[in-house]
Amino acid sequence: MDVKRRKFLKIAGLSAVAGLAAPSAFNLLLNKGEALATEGRSGAKSEAHGEKSGETSRQYGMVIDLERLQRSPGLAEKCIHACNTEHNIPQYNNPKDEIKWIWLDDYRHSFPEHSQYKKNTALAKLPVVLLCNHCAHPPCVRACPTKATFKNSDGVVMMDYHRCIGCRFCMAACPYGARSFNWRRPREKDANGKYKFFPDGVNPEFPMRMRGVVEKCNFCAKRTLAGRLPACVEACGDSKALVFGDINDPKSEISQVLKAKYTIQRKPAAGTEPSVFYII
Amino acid sequence: MYDKGKVLTGLAIFVIIVTFPIWYNASGSEHYPNPKILTKVKDCVMPLAYMRSSHMKLLVDWRDEVLRDGNRTKVTVDGVKYQRSLQDGCMYCHKSKTKFCDECHKYVGTEPYCWDCHFVPKETD
Repeated sequence: MDVKRRKFLKIAGLSAVAGLAAPSAFNLLLNKGEALATEGRSGAKSEAHGEKSGETSRQYGMVIDLERLQRSPGLAEKCIHACNTEHNIPQYNNPKDEIKWIWLDDYRHSFPEHSQYKKNTALAKLPVVLLCNHCAHPPCVRACPTKATFKNSDGVVMMDYHRCIGCRFCMAACPYGARSFNWRRPREKDANGKYKFFPDGVNPEFPMRMRGVVEKCNFCAKRTLAGRLPACVEACGDSKALVFGDINDPKSEISQVLKAKYTIQRKPAAGTEPSVFYII
Repeated sequence: MYDKGKVLTGLAIFVIIVTFPIWYNASGSEHYPNPKILTKVKDCVMPLAYMRSSHMKLLVDWRDEVLRDGNRTKVTVDGVKYQRSLQDGCMYCHKSKTKFCDECHKYVGTEPYCWDCHFVPKETD
């Protein structure tokens, strides 16, 4: 073949340009197609692990009326006791080993973002009932490396103890201290063959946990699935101190309470969107 | 051959030691697992062969469905409804952990940690 040097260089140059430009042009066209397809789905976000799947999905929440709780002394303790017996929470009587699903603390430590300056004296003594906030954007779920903790279709942040490896990343991630680690074996028995850490007996309907897993409130997922109220809410009876329901359903009782009353959340600036609200 | 006596004695001892497991177990004293099902119901939720080989898979599947998807629908076999649960389902028929679960698990030397958290039903015989 008789190719002149000039012609050869022209062909080589053009081929190089075409070779470099073709893939990017192809990509551009493909992505445009994809972008159009996404728009067609009315901009629906992909439902990632732990992400909220829109306002229409169910999100169980709770309103805690601290005033009403304070008005009937012993009621808060009754709620906590109901939870402890329902879920076999061991009583170690040692703050380092403590397991807590629902517990009491003071206003100052429960709402550290709120001003404590020149507040009324009653507030300092106000016992606050605390539990997992079942956040709309739970940081614990994002931190969990094994997806042992996850958000279920009811918006409840659940624990799968079978999958928990006890790394405690979730405890570090939770801004509310709502998670407890099992440092010891809750099943230990004394010389008489009785459970050491369950002075009020155990509930055989609910499994215990083992050493080395993290546990927390599950909004009584087993009970709510069966159409019952959580144990703490049931323990409150008709006092309406605790109101439980779907905060995304505008017709639910809890939504009515939230519309009518001024409520506060714990650490709203953390951006986790807690589902537990407080009436002070 | 030097030291004929010593070599042959050594060889004999070696052969005896190496074959020890074979003739020790040949005496027929070995205990084979014999799990007891304490129920009048004949059919399990799955065929026997599947349950023998893959009951652990079924348990894991049930666990994920119940816990992660919140699917607590019951399994119906021969008109009898069973909960998808180890504690409240399986152990409803297989009432005895020692006579059912442990029989095989001990034989094959496996230690599932189900009962670290779940409650063993009261052994009734």
